[in-house]
Amino acid sequence: MLEIKNLHVSIGERKILDGLNLTVHDGEVAAIMGPNGTGKSTLSYVVSGREGYEVTQGEVLLNGENILGLAPHERAAKGVFLAFQYPVEIPGVATMTFLKAALNAQRRARGEDELQTPDFMKRVNEAAARLGVAKEMLRRPLNCGFSGGEKKRMEILQMALLEPRLCILDETDSGLDIDALRVVSEGVNALRAKDRGFLVITHYQRLLDYIKPDTVHVMARGRILRSGGPELALELETSGYKDYIGEAA
Amino acid sequence: MSDTATSAAADFKPAFDAMKNAGARSLRQGAWDAFLREGLPNRRVESWHYTDLRAALRSVAPLRAAEPATPVLKHGQESCRLVVLDGAFRPDLSDLSALPYGVSALSLRAALAQGETEILAALAGAADDPALALNAALMQDGAVLRVSPGCVLERPLELANFVSGGAAHSVYTRSLAILGAGAGATLLESFTPLERSGAQENHALILVLGAGAKLGHVATISPQGEDAVRVVSLLPTLGESSALNSFCLVEGGGLLRRQIFATLIGANADVSFSGASLLRNRDHADTTLVLRHEAPGGKSREFFRHIVDDTATGVFQGKVSVAPLAQKTDGAMQSKTLLLSDGASMNNKPELEIFADDVVCGHGATCGRLDADQLFYLEARGLPLKEAEALLVEGFAREAFESLNNEALREELFKRVGAWIGLRKVGI
Repeated sequence: MLEIKNLHVSIGERKILDGLNLTVHDGEVAAIMGPNGTGKSTLSYVVSGREGYEVTQGEVLLNGENILGLAPHERAAKGVFLAFQYPVEIPGVATMTFLKAALNAQRRARGEDELQTPDFMKRVNEAAARLGVAKEMLRRPLNCGFSGGEKKRMEILQMALLEPRLCILDETDSGLDIDALRVVSEGVNALRAKDRGFLVITHYQRLLDYIKPDTVHVMARGRILRSGGPELALELETSGYKDYIGEAA
Repeated sequence: MSDTATSAAADFKPAFDAMKNAGARSLRQGAWDAFLREGLPNRRVESWHYTDLRAALRSVAPLRAAEPATPVLKHGQESCRLVVLDGAFRPDLSDLSALPYGVSALSLRAALAQGETEILAALAGAADDPALALNAALMQDGAVLRVSPGCVLERPLELANFVSGGAAHSVYTRSLAILGAGAGATLLESFTPLERSGAQENHALILVLGAGAKLGHVATISPQGEDAVRVVSLLPTLGESSALNSFCLVEGGGLLRRQIFATLIGANADVSFSGASLLRNRDHADTTLVLRHEAPGGKSREFFRHIVDDTATGVFQGKVSVAPLAQKTDGAMQSKTLLLSDGASMNNKPELEIFADDVVCGHGATCGRLDADQLFYLEARGLPLKEAEALLVEGFAREAFESLNNEALREELFKRVGAWIGLRKVGI
């Protein structure tokens, strides 16, 4: 599904990713854990195609195709979905207008027919009901006046509607209380499927109590320093990241 | 007489000679004298600092000599329409027979000929501005509307100003709408060229709201030719507990100065001005607002959005003054601009002048580009850059339309924003 090979990325003179290798298989939930400032968010942006990052070396393959030359919307149409750490508020843009535009833009890019309004409404309402997203939220401008928990729920709602192949969750647990964390995690778990991979980026083991990973990778200094099973997350919870930061010193 | 005034006198004298005997002679003469004292405003006149009318009118176009051929005009029938074409009120193109009960309408020329004191006094207007003085001196025609006290209209009235194309000519219209106490109406005002040209237009609409009257005013200024020069003035006076909700969509084209001179003379009046300007190419559009709170308990809101592309220039000057008597005034003014290209520019000049001590007044003006985080968010969801930009531009404009209570009208007008964006030449 996702293969990242020897990825080197800089912003200006500053090197952020330094030879990162990572593979996520179909159906796998891979967690990436690491201290602040190690390039976890950079990794999510580079995979989804944000401008401003210079890839100096390496490849990002999605189902065997190098996607680094594609625009963000082309990657989205191929199934890349980034659940943002801080979903942006867009005043004046109605949530429903946005959802329909996004869904149909992806369908067009894949050569599929656009969804008509009744079919679209049905899908949104079903997904909203499953995720406990109030209809009133759907009537507001996108993410405007939403609480942190509501914004994250809206991200998962979009994930459910867009049915991506690769879901990147960038610190989805930040700013969530326990109840919101549970709802969001249940939403993610419901989307686990054998042809869908997840890259779950987090600081804390807590999220992984709700979204059980298949693999855990420790990231520091711009690369993956250690990989293992779920037990690695528990180990980090007690030992912290100091051993990995230490290697840098 | 200064050199400038001498030149102004020479340039506009033929038009004044043609109009000076067309009724309201003393009003015209007074306005003409006032105009001559200052001449056409230029950058040295503070209220015209960003719009040099003198430079734009270096060559003054004549009044149209012959009446234009009668055009076939599109009309959705949702409003009761009064048509002014090239500065002449056209009963043949207007829905005079469909005027609702309680409404009277006549041409400005007829009103001036009748010489009713109330009408003449209202037509004089109360603003000190050279372009407006020129309008009063040279007014060719217009419509005079009266809504009887207590009469609440369901169907909108429309004052449609059309200007034909061809060789550049000048047009001066002055119209008046008087709402009696407790009357209620919606007035649509449109400025539409039949064909884009370098016309020199100067239009004024005076609104008089009696006690408790409620008026919705929706103006649309359609694109004119790139050499066109247009001054569009609005002069509302609000009586006690009256309410005016005014919106304007400006679609650029040449040089446009829209000016609002509003006065809240009765207590507890409520006024809202909002609008969106869509500017591209070398458009220059100036919205200047002078709002005076002269009685206690008044409320005023101004909410403007400007979208400026290519090498167009936008101007917003908003001055709210609160007289010593006008305690408990509640005023808020906001002007926001989205610049879509490196060559686009915007001049924002909000001002407050407060002489009462118990008031709440504020203003804000911002100027910015499309937000990179918002763009990436939309792109990451699958929207191509151009679509993402269009959605954000529409969203930015959308907020100015929210003050329009009539949903059908709001959506109809909002489509023009989408159409305007669709004509953008390049991505950002």
